[in-house]
Amino acid sequence: MTSPTPTGAPATTASPARAPQRRTLLSVDRVGRSFGDVRALDGISLDIAENEFFALLGPSGCGKTTLLRSIAGFETPDEGEIRLGDDDLLAMPPHRRPVNLMFQSYALFPHMSVAANIAYGLKREGLPKAEIADRVDEVLATVGLSSLAKRRPAQLSGGQRQRVALARAIVKRPRLLLLDEPLSALDRKVRAEMQLELKRLQHEVGITFVVVTHDQDEAMSMADRIAVLADGRVQQVATPVELYRNPANLFVADFIGSSNRLAGTVDAGHFVAPGIGRLPSDGTSDVAPGSEAHLVVRPEDLRIVPHGAGVLDGKVSEVQFQGGASTVAIAVPGQERPFLATVPGVAAQTRGSHVGLTWDSAVVVTDDRA
Amino acid sequence: MVSSPTTVPGRAPQRGRARGRRGRLGRLVEPTALLAPGLIFYAVLVLVPVLLVGAYMFATRGRFGGVEWTFTLDNFGRLFDPLYLDVLQQSVLIAAAATGLALLIGYPTAYAISRLPVRWRTVALVLVVVPFWTNFLIRTYAWIVLLNSQGLLNDALVGTGLIEERFTLLYTPGAVVVGLTYAYLPLMILPIYAAVEKVDHELVEASANLGANRFRTFLSVQLPLTLPGTITGCILVFVPSLGNFVIPELLGGGKTVMVGNLVRDQFLKTQDWPFGAVIAMVVVVLLLLLFGLQAWVTRRVEGAPRG
Amino acid sequence: MADTVTDTASTRRATTRYRPRTGLGWLWLPLALCALFLYIPIAVLVGMSFNDGGSAFSWDGFSFRWYAELAGDEVLRQSVLTSLMIAAGATVVATVLGTLLGVGLARHTRSKALETAAMAPAILPDLVLAIGLLAFFFVAGIPKSALTILLAHAAFGTAFVVAVVRARLTGSDASLEEASRDLGAGGFTTFVQVTLPSIAPAVVAGALLVFTLSLDEFVIAYFTAGPTTHTLPITVYSMVRTGVTPEINALATVLVAISVVVVVVAARAVRRTEKS
Repeated sequence: MTSPTPTGAPATTASPARAPQRRTLLSVDRVGRSFGDVRALDGISLDIAENEFFALLGPSGCGKTTLLRSIAGFETPDEGEIRLGDDDLLAMPPHRRPVNLMFQSYALFPHMSVAANIAYGLKREGLPKAEIADRVDEVLATVGLSSLAKRRPAQLSGGQRQRVALARAIVKRPRLLLLDEPLSALDRKVRAEMQLELKRLQHEVGITFVVVTHDQDEAMSMADRIAVLADGRVQQVATPVELYRNPANLFVADFIGSSNRLAGTVDAGHFVAPGIGRLPSDGTSDVAPGSEAHLVVRPEDLRIVPHGAGVLDGKVSEVQFQGGASTVAIAVPGQERPFLATVPGVAAQTRGSHVGLTWDSAVVVTDDRA
Repeated sequence: MVSSPTTVPGRAPQRGRARGRRGRLGRLVEPTALLAPGLIFYAVLVLVPVLLVGAYMFATRGRFGGVEWTFTLDNFGRLFDPLYLDVLQQSVLIAAAATGLALLIGYPTAYAISRLPVRWRTVALVLVVVPFWTNFLIRTYAWIVLLNSQGLLNDALVGTGLIEERFTLLYTPGAVVVGLTYAYLPLMILPIYAAVEKVDHELVEASANLGANRFRTFLSVQLPLTLPGTITGCILVFVPSLGNFVIPELLGGGKTVMVGNLVRDQFLKTQDWPFGAVIAMVVVVLLLLLFGLQAWVTRRVEGAPRG
Repeated sequence: MADTVTDTASTRRATTRYRPRTGLGWLWLPLALCALFLYIPIAVLVGMSFNDGGSAFSWDGFSFRWYAELAGDEVLRQSVLTSLMIAAGATVVATVLGTLLGVGLARHTRSKALETAAMAPAILPDLVLAIGLLAFFFVAGIPKSALTILLAHAAFGTAFVVAVVRARLTGSDASLEEASRDLGAGGFTTFVQVTLPSIAPAVVAGALLVFTLSLDEFVIAYFTAGPTTHTLPITVYSMVRTGVTPEINALATVLVAISVVVVVVAARAVRRTEKS
């Protein structure tokens, strides 16, 4: 049911990327919102496709929650449009939008049983009692909580409450399901399980999921496409692989995964680091000549070679064995932060050894945010 | 007291002190010193009086006031005399009416206050409480003035053409109801306000998100969740109203006799203390029942967590 | 997408945008009615107090004459003094006992029974307490006087001090006190030098509460007062019952003014402690 999205496409800028095989379900067009002096949303545009698992990722204050609440109807944008299919969402009051929201704190009604919580939304649709009962049973089975139908939320564990919140949202079969930091309240073990659960559910039920999170691990493992936000603006929209391999700017490169970076300038198609000279890179075509830029190398692309044989030289400051791989930290003169290299198995180097560094692949980005 | 060096701060109650002298009994000295004075005071001035009243229920009235300690159950039987049952019934009705009126005015007011901008809320709450701190008798007196047949209310109603001739508002059960409502209204507003404030705003949003409009959300979410607080407010109005004798006397003109008046009369006029005790206990029993109701509702609404 | 086309389209649709309703809406009505209900009686009394004729039916001109009469009323003056003395005495007793009890309950016991018992006087209807105390003083052979009222007020005042002190203590944890003990201070020293300062605002609040309640308390005083003891509420009661001289309006106005001042000062003090 899932059609593969194109990977390995050339680096994108901050313009929305479309998933060509799917129709657009939600279209956000130049949405803006200010709170006093603070510009929470600044001209955000993106398209989300049907049946997609989409993530809004960014640090706190980046606007992702404001955007989510604007879609749900609890915030009113100052400018812009949000359309769901043909419906103008911003013209509708929240209780009429065919969009359901799963709250970070679940917001289960404490005075109702699990079944009553789930049936609440269906009752508002005026469906016959028998049908409501059937659908409630069905969705309880889907999330695996059939035996807990009569319990109250106060009697459930965190993970169970989350499933009830999820069930309550999906039983209405919305076209779009919004999830606000769905895994943040869970402890680690449960979180890993729920990640798989959510993915499974999304495929099984066939609803478009939009997840808001600040945890890039979560977004990377669950989402088909991710929109990285900062300062109320979209920095990049792409698949996880694309974001990792071809970040649009320094913010994205830093936020997603770990990175080693060098500051320098772009000159005649090459990256030049002060005091070192020209460094190999995957190309600088996106950066205007003469501008300041950063070279970004992922830890697994960094190669440790004998001293003097590489592009840079340094001294090993720390070696950490993590089971299947090791992380080697190398202090490079003139650089503030040590370079991190990921090597398979046990590292051959020890602390204090003098080594050289080179790399297979490096991206050049600027610090210009969108 | 010798202070000995301890390596780990925390619960090390006996270290470094003369252990032999204090021991287990010594550890009780402090709680006793704190709790005993107050509890003894209570025992004498609260427990004993209440027990005394309880005992009086079974005693016989003394010839010159007070009691004779002859065991009898007659007092309970007299309670069922239609005269007294009437008084009881009227008291309950009037107290219930006052509670209803207070609820009618109080709930929307509390709700409105919760919707005010934050700074105005404190002002509003203060304004609600200030009349309450004014002497209760004076507040009742104000209503005597207002309700007097020559009074302002009559003036206003006749002036606006709503009624044609003056009528007596004073010395009717209605006046008593109004007086009681006025006396205890703040006690209805404050608990309801607290309950409305406590309702998690996300629940309101969740309800809207699931398709409920504002009215529906109010019925299904806010009303049930504020029910415990509302009942508290009702109790705080109902019970004092029931036991009140001043307002029925001043505003009811002696024509409206309530439980409070009965008790007062038995103790201060007729000197039939045992019977007065029985009547008073009826009020206490009602109070306990209402508290039980409130506890039950709270459990239903908030859901008793298991384990 | 041509910008002009989109712009016209968005401006066209923006006019039908949903805007959430803020503010009170129709709730203004009950709020206003409630305000009127609460304050018209008071306003009438205040107005009447300045009315030379002293009645509510006709305005005879502005004057302070009823305030003068009020000031000169010996009986009233006596009852104010009596009330103040009783309130002061009851406050002292209730504050001391209530603080001890409150600390004891918060720090040394988990018994629900004890907790309920400590709050009982505040929950019981005052009529029940009143007749109980009447009976008790009779049986114990204690003649009714200002002292009996004082004791009675102290009894139910203690419950309020307990409530306030307990609330303050259960909020904070006991680590300061434990540290003090660990450093070798005995129970009494800890209490005086550590516990008391930390609950001082609560104790003061409780004391003020008891003082105000005692001044205003009628029912219990009425039952436990000796034949010659008149507290302010008792005097007002007889004044109202026997038919009225308009100086009551002046008295009412004075009391209202005092309540307003006290509440405002208290609110300011609370806000100041919250800021620090």
